[in-house]
Amino acid sequence: MKKENIKFIQGNEACVEGALYAGLDFFAGYPITPSTEIAELLSYRLPQKGGKFIQMEDEIASMCAIIGASLTGSKVMTATSGPGFSLMQEALGYAVMAEIPCVVVDVQRGGPSTGIPTHVSQGDVNQARWGTHGDHAIVTITASNHQDVFKTTVDAFNISETYRTPVILLYDEVVGHMRERLVVPKKGELPLVQRLRTSVKEGVDYHPYLPREDGRLPMSDFGAVHRYNVTGLFHDMWGFPSDNPDIVHGLLRHLVDKIQNNVNEITRYREYHLKDADIVLVSYGSSARSANHVVVSRRSRGEKLGILELQTLWPFPYDLIREKCANAKYVVVVEMNMGQIMEEVRKAVDRPEKVFLANRIDGSFITPTDIRSILRLIQGKGV
Amino acid sequence: MAVKDYIRERFFPHIWCPGCGHGIVMNSLLRALDDLGMSKNEIVMVSGIGCSARISGYLDFHTLHTLHGRALAFATGVKMSRPELNLIVPMGDGDALAIGGNHFIHAARRNIDLTAIVMNNRIYGMTGGQYSPLSGYGTMATTAPYTNIDHAFDTVELATAAGASFVARSTTYHVQQLTKIINQAILHEGFSVVEVLTQCPTYFGRKNRVGGAVEMMEAYKKNTTSIGSKAKKENPDLIERGIFVQKELPEYCDEYDKVIERAKATLPKE
Amino acid sequence: MERCRLVFSGSGGQGVITAAIILAEAAVLYENLMAVQSQVYGPAARGGATRTDVIISESNINYPKVIQPNVLVCLTQEAYNKFYPIIRPGGLLITDNRFVKIQRKVDAQQKELPMYRRVMESIGKPIVFNICMLGAVVGLTKLVKPESIMEVLKERIPQGFLKMNREALDLGLQMAESITN
Repeated sequence: MKKENIKFIQGNEACVEGALYAGLDFFAGYPITPSTEIAELLSYRLPQKGGKFIQMEDEIASMCAIIGASLTGSKVMTATSGPGFSLMQEALGYAVMAEIPCVVVDVQRGGPSTGIPTHVSQGDVNQARWGTHGDHAIVTITASNHQDVFKTTVDAFNISETYRTPVILLYDEVVGHMRERLVVPKKGELPLVQRLRTSVKEGVDYHPYLPREDGRLPMSDFGAVHRYNVTGLFHDMWGFPSDNPDIVHGLLRHLVDKIQNNVNEITRYREYHLKDADIVLVSYGSSARSANHVVVSRRSRGEKLGILELQTLWPFPYDLIREKCANAKYVVVVEMNMGQIMEEVRKAVDRPEKVFLANRIDGSFITPTDIRSILRLIQGKGV
Repeated sequence: MAVKDYIRERFFPHIWCPGCGHGIVMNSLLRALDDLGMSKNEIVMVSGIGCSARISGYLDFHTLHTLHGRALAFATGVKMSRPELNLIVPMGDGDALAIGGNHFIHAARRNIDLTAIVMNNRIYGMTGGQYSPLSGYGTMATTAPYTNIDHAFDTVELATAAGASFVARSTTYHVQQLTKIINQAILHEGFSVVEVLTQCPTYFGRKNRVGGAVEMMEAYKKNTTSIGSKAKKENPDLIERGIFVQKELPEYCDEYDKVIERAKATLPKE
Repeated sequence: MERCRLVFSGSGGQGVITAAIILAEAAVLYENLMAVQSQVYGPAARGGATRTDVIISESNINYPKVIQPNVLVCLTQEAYNKFYPIIRPGGLLITDNRFVKIQRKVDAQQKELPMYRRVMESIGKPIVFNICMLGAVVGLTKLVKPESIMEVLKERIPQGFLKMNREALDLGLQMAESITN
């Protein structure tokens, strides 16, 4: 008989389930294919638990609104796709600079520009990394199946609260739209990180931007007893604008180091059959499903193929890649763009010339056959 | 409370030029707040980018200095999340009506309870004197060396048409009136717009040869009149001051509370 | 069970996508199977050729799309013309003879069923055409129990429409039975 915690839903809906599990309070968004289902479902579900949903006038306003809401202590999220994600970049940078916890979902479609709205792509990988201007660090996570969409969504909230950073959930059209099983974890099964709030008492000088020794910043909600300034300008420990070189240098280092020094804690991945693999496929998001398909079928014929499925894309886990690909004769990066992650893998491994790309950039979902043809080429078996 | 108690003295002196009208607006705002007797913890000030936006840093509230044009969008998130807080959004004319024009009309359309103070100096001051959407036809600016061919918005008409439920205008010369209007605007439940004509002697004044701060303020006295005054009938070119719109309309956060009620009613009874 | 790959095709508004979701949901929620459903999205919600893919299996499904279906359903001529070549050799090709004229022999069991006509004669509501089709698919493939389909329908549609859907499902099941015997 039916179990209440089993659902058959779209990936976008699995993301909503994960966000609600994580304690989402506030969502602002603007309709865009292929992410719209997230907004639609949250407009229904959030007010049922007393949360707030608002459809803003554009993606710029959506990103700004969630930052405002986060400052009052709410767990916040927005969801969009390429063109909307482009519009969000300015305020995303603000969230980086002002250290505002927030989760931004980008369900990728084909670009540039309006591109191919209803078809899949993974072309926003570098936009997630460098879309907003200036030196900065960012966290970007993805997943290939609904169970992992749920889990990475919960993770995204946890990471954003822990490090006080925006976290980008970089899903894609195939994962967002396809339906499959989700087993919703029981309450308490996945850990939830709550915001670290200051213990400084009223009337005592509170330094909102003075990191503790562990790099964390205890926060005070807008409306609570500590009144302070939040700005996108470089700022001192009170949040007041400063162009003092020491303060500028110190803050930028802090913003980058708090992420880069915690790569291991932030890195999430899956691996199958890597131990003895001659050929390692590196993939992520929906592409990893096709890559996995190839690994399963080749393994059944005794070929030594393995897969490293990345979930954390940024900060890029260079050490992990180097370690997992050390014994591979070939590394094949499977992705639906022109090699955005392949370039990073090449930076990571000892011999970049052993890294190949199996990709698809025509709006069609990459097939196992696409990957097999590259494998045949590499193995010298002809086209 | 003394007006000084609202100020973060640590962050003075301020960045405004001598003769700038923004300090007068800040003073008027503080007097209005002092009259209302609100606790500083209940007030969130959200500003964008520009000379006007720096107000937020100098005042001892919860202050959010955001992006150019986006203050109302940030403020919408704060307000929806914590409707019991009082949101005040000082904006420049370029900030509010050029880059932020879309957010401005949509905040008005929703009638969300924010108080937008549009500090209209008819110029982009911080970047050095380029024409703004309120400079007006025939003015001079560093980006209009052959005179400006852009027509200005009428802030009051724009806000009214967009659905703001409180719309008013005053000037830095008429500080008593300005204080009263800001007081009313903050008390009003719904989206309030107060346009303040405020002088920028450094850029608008010099570029357009309209004199220094004193002459510019005298011009506010000379060129404005109360709404519907006899003087206005005799001289239609006079700019009207006062409260143009003040009506009770359902406020957005109140309406959303009803959405929550309706949503909760769909849940199975425990 | 063998892994089964299905493609339902037709025109927007015929309910082929809904039928695919119901089938896959029945498999996952009531039969403890794995299933993946996907579809090709376009800008229009009504009209045009529609295709949806379903894979049902006892084991984990990686690649979610169908390249060669074991079961192909075509409910319009346009859909048939476009998709008949992809059928897996020996697969099952189901068409409705009101909408589709079979033009070529393919290496498949071709079943031309008067589903639309029977629905209109017995029930008179074209809205349950897709459920009748689902009945025929379930009857011919035994992928899930008809009761599991009904359980899904109970959760999805108002009580008042259940009887009509049950009748449509039964019509399809009967048609399947009559041609297999």
